[in-house]
Amino acid sequence: MSGTDVKRSVAPGVRLGQVSFVWRPWLVSVTLLLAAATFLVFCLSIGVGDFPIGLSRVIATILGGGERVDEFVIMDLRMPRALAGLIVGVALGVSGALTQSIARNPLASPDILGITGGAGAVAVFLVTVSGGTAAAVVSAVGLSAAALAGGLGTGLLVYFLAWRRGIDGFRLILIGISVSAVMEAITTWLLATADIKDVARAQAWLVGSLEGRSWGDVRVALWCTLVLLVVVSCVAFQFKPMHLGDEVAAGLGVRYSMVRAVLLLCAVLLAAVAVSAAGPVPFVALVAPQAAMRLARCPTPPMAASGLVGALLLTGADLVARTALPVTLPVGVVTAAIGGPFLVYLLVRANLR
Amino acid sequence: MSAERITDIESAAQGHARLAARGITVGYGGRAVIDNLDVTIPSGLITTIIGPNGCGKSTLLRTLTRLLKPAKGAVVLDGEDIAGLRTRDVAKKLGLLPQAPVAPEGLTVADLVAKGRHPHQSWLRQWSSDDAGVVERALAMTGVSDLAGRPVDSLSGGQRQRVWISMALAQGTDLLLLDEPTTYLDLAHAIDVLDLVDDLHEAGRTVVMVLHDLNLATRYSDNLIVMRAGSILAQGHPRDVITAELLDEAFGLRATVIDDPVGDRPLIVPIGRTHARLGQVPGRKLQVRLG
Repeated sequence: MSGTDVKRSVAPGVRLGQVSFVWRPWLVSVTLLLAAATFLVFCLSIGVGDFPIGLSRVIATILGGGERVDEFVIMDLRMPRALAGLIVGVALGVSGALTQSIARNPLASPDILGITGGAGAVAVFLVTVSGGTAAAVVSAVGLSAAALAGGLGTGLLVYFLAWRRGIDGFRLILIGISVSAVMEAITTWLLATADIKDVARAQAWLVGSLEGRSWGDVRVALWCTLVLLVVVSCVAFQFKPMHLGDEVAAGLGVRYSMVRAVLLLCAVLLAAVAVSAAGPVPFVALVAPQAAMRLARCPTPPMAASGLVGALLLTGADLVARTALPVTLPVGVVTAAIGGPFLVYLLVRANLR
Repeated sequence: MSAERITDIESAAQGHARLAARGITVGYGGRAVIDNLDVTIPSGLITTIIGPNGCGKSTLLRTLTRLLKPAKGAVVLDGEDIAGLRTRDVAKKLGLLPQAPVAPEGLTVADLVAKGRHPHQSWLRQWSSDDAGVVERALAMTGVSDLAGRPVDSLSGGQRQRVWISMALAQGTDLLLLDEPTTYLDLAHAIDVLDLVDDLHEAGRTVVMVLHDLNLATRYSDNLIVMRAGSILAQGHPRDVITAELLDEAFGLRATVIDDPVGDRPLIVPIGRTHARLGQVPGRKLQVRLG
């Protein structure tokens, strides 16, 4: 075979001053397309409501050139909810991509790291157990923050239980599943013994929803997510060789235990932020990285594309939940309806191979 | 032993050795696999560590590559304790191929080999034309250029091993440590891979590897390290080291050592319990198997 064929297989590089990186046109195009699609759905979602606003007016308002009425409706009323969807989607997508890469297993997701289960159990406990302390906690820090603490606590518990001279993917998954099962059992028990009115409230939280988000909720989630994404993108370069296994990575000069510890912590925190902002929205973290891999034709979950697929999925599911269906459903129901079949598709495909 | 060869090995051992272990004790969870071992890796030669299962040969190799940290003693690379060096700086000097590595499904050969450039890259400088050149040369040298666009998992075992060695080559180190590079390969592919290792050595690299097959180790090494129960039993050129007595002592293997009909090294012929012709085997007791 001639030299030019070899050159084509070895990815070309791009140089911008001091910065150089591998040029992968397909990955870049897919990522840009996903970003554009996400922005479009985001704007459509903002336009929908009792006071419909056209797409061009939405875009004009977001860019700062809209009318006063539009500005009030969009920026004050609808933006927090839409932005929450975007942030939660990105956080879940990246968290899923990190978890699956670290565990080297496509079925790993923050759901099985105990974050969702722990947050759910704490939230349901606070909603259903009427009593001085629970009510005091909720009124002091809010349900979301308490759930966040529960999710974080469970995530860290799984992390430390899985630690044995480093983190091993299989051990992490097994312990995560076990701890999640315990948390789900607690949740079910609480629901079974609780007052029926409380159960309805708890269920609504457990499904995951974007209803009634305020700028206050969103601002915290936004900053947390941005900081975490910066950390992830700094460490991600060191993570690349770890797809080849710990020993190969070590041979290539990567301090793999530290890199993995940092990234796993980021995954736990991102998932916790998402859970606190929207409740345990199911399947996004599992599906987004797998869909991104297939769209971008990458052998490993691409971080940026995974985050964008997550955002697109969540924003799109929220739009569908509010418009296409006869009753308004929480977003979690729609993501599960899309995510469930996709998981089955992945499993069947793996079986057929 | 020829005078020339002695000076070769000795000068390497004394002056120019880049990699050595000094009094290392290594173990897993309290149990010492290697106890107070000293070894010097002669530069510019192929050194192969052999020994029975569980004797600590992989442990020694992994300690030399700092995958394992010795409880006592130190591994010295270019005069410095390897534990005190930055992981990245070690990776620029010492290439490592673990046993039976696995690539993610769908990763192409070129992308895998490109990973070998990682120690030379940084967050800002993730890929350059130098990198592309080194990767192309590594692909060409290992004879896998025309596989560059194929997924690694679609290749045969022998091709795959060539690709992994190509990745270690792209790392651009003069020291290459290979843990059982012929595992799971049939004899023809094993020979193919070892010929490749020989080419790399001819091009000036120091190679240290662990091999299971004694005859392949004898054929392809300039320096053998024979281990038993965590210590070194013998070290030197195969012609000086491989004897029937040593094989018995190290492996408990009864064998006769003859001249290799196609090479200038000894050839080990194992005896076993059956199938050997009576009288052909020195020291074999006549067994009466009647009724």
